[in-house]
Amino acid sequence: MENNYKQIRIALRNCGFINPENIEDYIARNGYAALASVLETNNPQATIEAIKKSGLRGRGGGGFPTGVKWEIASKNHADQKYVFCNADEGDPGAFMDRSILEGDPHSVLEAMAINGFCIGANKGLIYIRAEYPLAIERLLIAIKQAEEVGALGQNIFGTGFNFDIELRYGAGAFVCGEETALIHSMEGDRGEPTFKPPFPAQEGYLKKPTNVNNVETFANIPVIILKGWEWFAAIGTEKSKGTKVFALAGKINNVGLIEVPMGITLREVIYEIGNGIKDDKNFKAVQTGGPSGGCLTEKFLDTPIDYDNLIAAGSMMGSGGMIVMDEDDCMVSVAKFYLDFTVEESCGKCAPCRIGNKRLYELLDKITEGKGNMEDLDQLKNLSKVIKDTALCGLGQTSPNPVLSTIENFWEEYVAHVNEKKCPAGQCKALKSYIIDPDLCIGCTACARACPVGAIKGEKKMPHEINQNTCIKCGACMEKCKFNAISIK
Amino acid sequence: MDNIKLTIDHKEVSVPKGTTILKAAREIGIDIPTLCHFELAGMNIHNHPGGCRICVVEVEGRRNLAPACVTECMDGMVVKTNSIRVLNSRRTVLELILSDHPADCLVCAKSGNCELQALAIRFGVREIPFQGEQSSYKVEVSPSIVRDMNKCVMCRRCETMCNDFQTVGALSAIERGFPAVVSTAFNQKLSYSNCTFCGQCVAVCPVGALVEVDHTPKIIRAISDEKKTVVVQVAPAVRVALGEEFGMKPGSIVTGKLTAALKALGFDYVFDTDWSADLTIMEEGTELIDRLTRHLKGDKDVKLPLLTSCCPAWVNFFEYHFPDLKEIPSTAKSPQQMFGAIAKSFFADKIGVKREDMIVVSVMPCLAKKYECARDEFKVNGNPDVDFSISTRELATLIKQANIDFNSLEETPFDSPLGESTGAAVIFGTTGGVIEAAVRTAYEVITKKQLPKIDFTELRGLEGVRSATIDVDGLPLNIGIAHGLSNARRLLNDIKEGKSQFHAIEVMACPGGCIDGGGQPLHHGNSDIIKARWEAIYEADRNMPVRKSHENPSIKEIYKDFLGEPCGHKSHELLHTHYFDKAKVIEIKLD
Repeated sequence: MENNYKQIRIALRNCGFINPENIEDYIARNGYAALASVLETNNPQATIEAIKKSGLRGRGGGGFPTGVKWEIASKNHADQKYVFCNADEGDPGAFMDRSILEGDPHSVLEAMAINGFCIGANKGLIYIRAEYPLAIERLLIAIKQAEEVGALGQNIFGTGFNFDIELRYGAGAFVCGEETALIHSMEGDRGEPTFKPPFPAQEGYLKKPTNVNNVETFANIPVIILKGWEWFAAIGTEKSKGTKVFALAGKINNVGLIEVPMGITLREVIYEIGNGIKDDKNFKAVQTGGPSGGCLTEKFLDTPIDYDNLIAAGSMMGSGGMIVMDEDDCMVSVAKFYLDFTVEESCGKCAPCRIGNKRLYELLDKITEGKGNMEDLDQLKNLSKVIKDTALCGLGQTSPNPVLSTIENFWEEYVAHVNEKKCPAGQCKALKSYIIDPDLCIGCTACARACPVGAIKGEKKMPHEINQNTCIKCGACMEKCKFNAISIK
Repeated sequence: MDNIKLTIDHKEVSVPKGTTILKAAREIGIDIPTLCHFELAGMNIHNHPGGCRICVVEVEGRRNLAPACVTECMDGMVVKTNSIRVLNSRRTVLELILSDHPADCLVCAKSGNCELQALAIRFGVREIPFQGEQSSYKVEVSPSIVRDMNKCVMCRRCETMCNDFQTVGALSAIERGFPAVVSTAFNQKLSYSNCTFCGQCVAVCPVGALVEVDHTPKIIRAISDEKKTVVVQVAPAVRVALGEEFGMKPGSIVTGKLTAALKALGFDYVFDTDWSADLTIMEEGTELIDRLTRHLKGDKDVKLPLLTSCCPAWVNFFEYHFPDLKEIPSTAKSPQQMFGAIAKSFFADKIGVKREDMIVVSVMPCLAKKYECARDEFKVNGNPDVDFSISTRELATLIKQANIDFNSLEETPFDSPLGESTGAAVIFGTTGGVIEAAVRTAYEVITKKQLPKIDFTELRGLEGVRSATIDVDGLPLNIGIAHGLSNARRLLNDIKEGKSQFHAIEVMACPGGCIDGGGQPLHHGNSDIIKARWEAIYEADRNMPVRKSHENPSIKEIYKDFLGEPCGHKSHELLHTHYFDKAKVIEIKLD
C-alpha cells in the first residue's frame, strides 16, 4: 500500500471508515452538512452554479457536465419533477457504485436531496440492480434513519423542503443503464431506449422533467459543496475535474478499486498503484470503459487519463472498468469476449445493434476458428463503423469499440489469424497445435496416457507424435511432460 | 408557428418548427427510404420507434448519422441524404436485416406487396454479404391470422396498433438482443391471448410476418364440388376497395364487376351482405326502440346505451375486457351471421337444398369475421351458418388466378332474393354508418313520419370519438360513435362509471370502420386511400334508389313470409345471439 499517495478519495471518502448502517457515523464525518448548508443558503441557482464551476462531469460514462444537466432540469417548469439515481451498474467486473452504496449510502441520499432542492423536485428514485442485495438493504436502512433525523422526508431540517426517496429494482439489463431505457423500465415498460430529444431533463419519468445522475457523480456532490468548487476544480485536468474510481482488474498484481485524480497516467495506475504486471510478463494493452470501451496499447501509457484523452485514443472513460492484459492475451479473442457481452445485452430495438453486433460476433468467431479471410477483416471494419454510425443508443454506438481499437492497434494479430491461421498469443484453440520435439522426447508415455482422446502415439522409449486431426487442444499432455518436449506452435 | 430554414441536399427548405427531416425532405421531393416508420394521417396513428435505421441521414456537425424519421429540423441545419457515408450505412443496415430474414419471397403472402422486398429492389441488393444464425420461431396459425415471427423486422407497427390504437395488448416485444421479436406474452398462441383478431396488425405489417389465414383453396374445392350449392355474400366495404387490387383508383365503386367476377368464379348464388345489414337494422332498430320506450316509461332495469354488435373484433373486445357489460350490447347477430342463418334455413328450404349440402362463403374486409363464423354458437349440429370467410385480398387472388379480366367485366346485379339492399346498408362499411342506418329507420318508426332529410351528416366523420344529438320529433336521441378500440374503451369506461349520457353507441374496431378493415387491400400508410373509400361509401348510398332499411321490399317480404315480426320468436331463434364472459387469466401452455 506504499503507493496510496497517488490516490485521492473523494467519492470513496467514507467507505471503510464508517459503519454504513449508522447515520451518526456519517454525520460525524460532516454528513448532511452540505444539505443543511444548501437549504440554509436557500439559493438553488448559486448551488447549481457551484456545481457547474466545479467542472464535475457524469461518472456513469457519458461525461456530461453535471451542473449543466441540473440547470436544464431546473429551468423546465412542471408541477412535478424527479431526481433519479442510476445504480444499474452493469459493466462486467465493475463494482464502483456498489462499493459506494454499500459503504456510504448516505452520501448518495444527501446528494439526491440537494439535487431535488436545486431543480425543484421532491421525489427521488434509485434504480438499483436486484443483484445488489446488501446495497439495497443498506440503502433502505439509510433512508429510514435519514427520515428519523429529519434529513429526508417532510420539512427537512425545518426548512419546509420535502424530499422522499424510494428504490426501484432492475432485473440486470445492461441497457437499462442508458437513461431513457432506465426511465422506461421504471415506468413499467420494456427497458429499451428511445430517441433523444426529448432529454429526460425535459420529458422524463411519467413525462415529467427528470434529472438522472450516476451513484459516483452523486457521491461527489456533498464534498464539492462543503469544500467549495475551487477546491474540486483544482484537482484534475483542464476539462476533467476531480477524481475517478476505477475497478482495476486483469493481469496485474494489485487488483481492486482505486480512486485517482483525473490526469494520472496509465503507467502510474498500472505500475505504481497496480504494482505492475503479474508474473513479470509484458504489458500488452489496457481496456478501459467497460464492454464498449477500447484497448489502449503501450504508446498510451503516458497519456493523462481524462474524458477527452481517452476518447481521442479510441477508448472511453465509461463507468470505470480497467482491465489490464499481458502478452498471453489474444486481442481478437478479447474483442470477441466483449462482443459476446453486448450481443447478449442489446435490447434488440434497432437493427444495427440487434443484428449487426451478432454478425460482428460471428465474424470474430470465424476468425478465431481459423476460417476467416482478408475480406472478413474488411467487413469487420465496415460493419463496425456502420453500427457506430447508425445505432440508436450509447450501447450500440460504442459496442464496436473493442473491435475497432484492437484492429487499429493489433492489426498484425488479426492478419496472423486469417493469413497464417495462427494465434500469436496462443489462445485460440482452433489455431493451436501441440507439437512434440523428437529431440527432447524420451518416450516415457506420460503424455499418451494423459491424452483423453488417444491422439498421441509412439513406441516406448521412442519419440512420440501427436495426431493433429484427433487432438482437441486441451493441453493435458503438455502439463504431464516432465522434459519440456511439448510446445505450442 | 415559427418557420425554420435548412438545407437538404443543397436545396433550401423552410418548414414549421417541429417538422422531421423525413417530412421536410419529402416536401421537396426527396424520398428518404423508411421501413419501421408508419403514420396514418388524420387517424392519430403514429409509429416511429426509430428502430430500423434505414432512414439515416448525415447532419453537418453531428457525430453519428441521424434517423430522419424522428430527428427534428433545426434552423440552419445542413442535411445530406445521399452521401457515400449515408448510402453505405443504409445499405449495410438493409443487408443486416435481410441476413436475418427468410428469403422465401416466392411463396410469401406479402410478395409484391412487401416493403422490405421493395427496399431490396430499390437498393439493388444482389447478394447478402452477412451469413450467420437466423431467427427460428414456430409459425402459428390462429383462426384468423398466421404469425411467422421469423419474418418479423421489429418495426413495432403491429405493437402500436395493438397497444395504442386498440388497447388490446396482445402483441409486444419479447426477448432481447438478437432473439428480440414482437409476439404475445410468454410467446403463447394468439388464441390464448386477448387478441380480438381485428387484423390491424396484419394491415400494417410491412413484411409477411403477419398475414391472414388463407381460405382460398377451400373455396376452390367447394365450388368444384358438384354436390354443394355454394352461396356467397359480399360485405359493403369490399365494393369500394377491391378495385385497388386491379389498378383502379382508390374509391372506385365496383359492385357490378364484383358480382360478375363472383359469378365467373362459379358461385351458385351471389348475394349481398347489405341485404342482411338491412335485416340487422330491423332487429337492432326494434331493440333500440323497445329499450328507449321502456326507458321513457320509467323502467329502471332497461340497459342503455344500446351498443351495436356487428363488428366481431369489438364483440371479442368487450367479452375479454368488459364482460360485466355483456348485457348491454344489442343481441342482434352481425349481418354476416344473419345472412348465414337465413341462407341455411329460409333460402335452403326455398331451393330445396339440404343444410349440409350448402356452403356459405362471405367476402369480408375483415379478419375477425373468420373467427366469428367459427364460433360455436353460430353452428347447427356442428355445421356453421357461414362456412368460410375470405378477405377482400383473398378474393382478388382468386379472381387473378382464375384469369378473369376484372376491369373489363360487365356489371351484373346480385341474385334474388338475398341480394336486394338499400343505401342504409352500404354505409355499414364505415364508422357511423350502422347508427345512421338505425336512426333513419328508428325515426320513421317512432314518429310514423317521413324523414325530412335522409343524410345525418352530424354522424359522419373520421374523428375517433364523435357524438350527436338527433331530434326525433322532440325526443332528443344521444348518439355516441367510436372507431378504434381505444376510443371504444373510453366510452365503455364512462358507462361503467355511470357517466354515459348516450342512448346508443356504435363501435367499429378498425380505423374508419370496415373500409380499413384487416382484410382490405394494403394502404401502406396512405390515409388518402381510406378517405377515398369513405367518400365512395356515401356515394354508393346516394346512388341507391331506396335508402332506408325498412323500405327494402325484400326485407318486408321475408318478415311477411317467414320471420313474422322484428324481434319476434323466429327472429330470436335465427337472428339473435348472446355473449360470454371471456375475461382471461393467461395460462402458460407449453406445447
